[in-house]
Amino acid sequence: MSTLLNRPLANVAANFEVLRATRASRLTLFVLLVIALAVASAPWWAGRDALHDFVQLASYLVFAMMWNLLAGYGGMVSIGQQAFFGIGGYGMLILANYCGISPFIAVPLAALIATVVAVPVSLVAFRLEGGYFAIGTWVIAEVFRLTFANISALGGGSGTSLTALQDVPRALRESLTLWLALVIVAAAIGLLYAFLRSKAGLALTAMRDNAVAASSQGVDVKRARLLVYLMSACGTALAGGLYFIGNLRISPDAAFSVNWTAFGIFIVLIGGLGTLEGPILGALIFFVLNKFLSDYGTWYLIGLGALAIVVTMFFPEGLWGFVSRRYGLQLFPVGRRVLFLGNGASVRSAVDDAKEKPGASSAAHRA
Amino acid sequence: MNTLINIIVQGVLLGALYALFAMGQSLVFGVMRLTNTAHGDFIVMLVFVLFALTSFAHLPLAVALIVLLVIAFGSGYALQYAVLNRVSSRDPLPSLIVTFGLSIVIQNVLQQVFSADPRSVATGSFESQSMTLMPGITVGYLPLLTLAATVVLAFGMQWLFGRTPLGRAFRATSDDREIVQLMGVSYRRTYALAMGIAFVLIAVAAALYAIRTAVSPTDGPALLLYAFEAVIIGGMGSFWGTFLGGMALGIAQQIGFYFDPGWGIWLGHIMFLAVLVVRPQGLLPKTA
Repeated sequence: MSTLLNRPLANVAANFEVLRATRASRLTLFVLLVIALAVASAPWWAGRDALHDFVQLASYLVFAMMWNLLAGYGGMVSIGQQAFFGIGGYGMLILANYCGISPFIAVPLAALIATVVAVPVSLVAFRLEGGYFAIGTWVIAEVFRLTFANISALGGGSGTSLTALQDVPRALRESLTLWLALVIVAAAIGLLYAFLRSKAGLALTAMRDNAVAASSQGVDVKRARLLVYLMSACGTALAGGLYFIGNLRISPDAAFSVNWTAFGIFIVLIGGLGTLEGPILGALIFFVLNKFLSDYGTWYLIGLGALAIVVTMFFPEGLWGFVSRRYGLQLFPVGRRVLFLGNGASVRSAVDDAKEKPGASSAAHRA
Repeated sequence: MNTLINIIVQGVLLGALYALFAMGQSLVFGVMRLTNTAHGDFIVMLVFVLFALTSFAHLPLAVALIVLLVIAFGSGYALQYAVLNRVSSRDPLPSLIVTFGLSIVIQNVLQQVFSADPRSVATGSFESQSMTLMPGITVGYLPLLTLAATVVLAFGMQWLFGRTPLGRAFRATSDDREIVQLMGVSYRRTYALAMGIAFVLIAVAAALYAIRTAVSPTDGPALLLYAFEAVIIGGMGSFWGTFLGGMALGIAQQIGFYFDPGWGIWLGHIMFLAVLVVRPQGLLPKTA
């Protein structure tokens, strides 16, 4: 018996490789670099509208990516991430207008503040589970909205303007905002990718699929959830600070509106929950829809809502999820593939540990 | 002293309305573990249905109310059976997103059909009649009626759940929907029945709310939050808990309103968060 087992295993043990990058992923990296260069040079060839559009797209995209991190990878569905979006925006404004710090530096500082605020918030929010965790986070966002709406020094309910950039010539301001947007998007994608490739990312995927089993393998579920929540808060605040530099005017209703989460959910759902490529694809689609259809006002929103319902019920994997499963593509390789080499012909066996649908098992959050 | 009593009395009356909003949500979550993000929008939708019945169809209020209850039951049953049954499972994400999408659709359809103006249902002078109990403390007839309705419905729901075969079916389906089919109970129809009854509760709340204030199509989310807070504060699984939770929320908001109109709702939210930190299972918890 043992000789029967030993021979093939010995062959296998000596002849396999674990691969991470795929041909598609190398191509993607190249394409992304080209796009990044094109965007970076945009102030010299694109119009003002295009620059403004990119900054807006960047805000939506980073918000959606952070929501995806929380829900698709962390298994925590939150409708209250706009709380950190608003804190990022207001934090940037306060630091820039009242503390004399350049708004572009104030954005990461505000993100830091938001991350610190997220710690006590998580203590409260993590008391709830599942669907009620979602609504609880919404209540927390409302608390922030009402708090800022009652501070008359910040303009109360009607908001205030970013005056710190008054003396900067418009072309320079718009270029700097664009580059900030590019840096934030690149940092968000890059750091998320690095995080998901790491051991921590593997632990996260395990935790999402089955928290109890992951815990039995030594994953500290509570700490991992807190870490993901803080990361998501930080990224969302970056998006918030960026958006309001582009907008120059902030108000509690704009900063803490639940519509941010609604659009973020829509982007992630259309693109594909629990994938890195999904939100990017979803954001592009959403932006195109927004550009051409938002003139129709209520009909556009009705269409978005109906589309979200249909996609959730019939296409839960989203567009990218469908493509990825059909063609086996993964542009940001967070999984691993085992390549067996032996007896002349190589036998490929794909082991994909990061593409499981999060809804397949219990995604209920446990405190 | 009278001011304090007045705040508490007004808080109780306001809380009765919130408890009424929350009854439907308590039922839905208790039976189906469904997170209904569109709960507030359903209330607003039924307000506008009532408005259409009284203003466009010119039905007298009493007839319109009966028609409203029938429409409510029917649409709740149909909605659950056709749409929400597909997403009522352990995973909260699909039900959350589908109801979120429904919320957006309802708000915008109402805006499209009725415009964004706030409207209310007129009942002559009933909505502003009141009686004075003591100097400084005046209670309106409508809030008293709301309180009475809430108490009756809380009794009714508790009786339904505790003493009727339907209530047993609800409790059994809530425990394990696969096994309950062995007992001859179709969980799909049970869920649909539960949603239909929840919609009837929502219709009562909508009617009283519409008579009390002017409602606009985008009021839904705020009502959802009050209902949800009342359920959590009171403890999930108990209708009397929901009743008490509504009271607590109403009193907290009234205290906030007393100091400054801008801080009323804020104080309600803060109290909810405080309860969450100190006693997360709520005041009268029956289920986990």
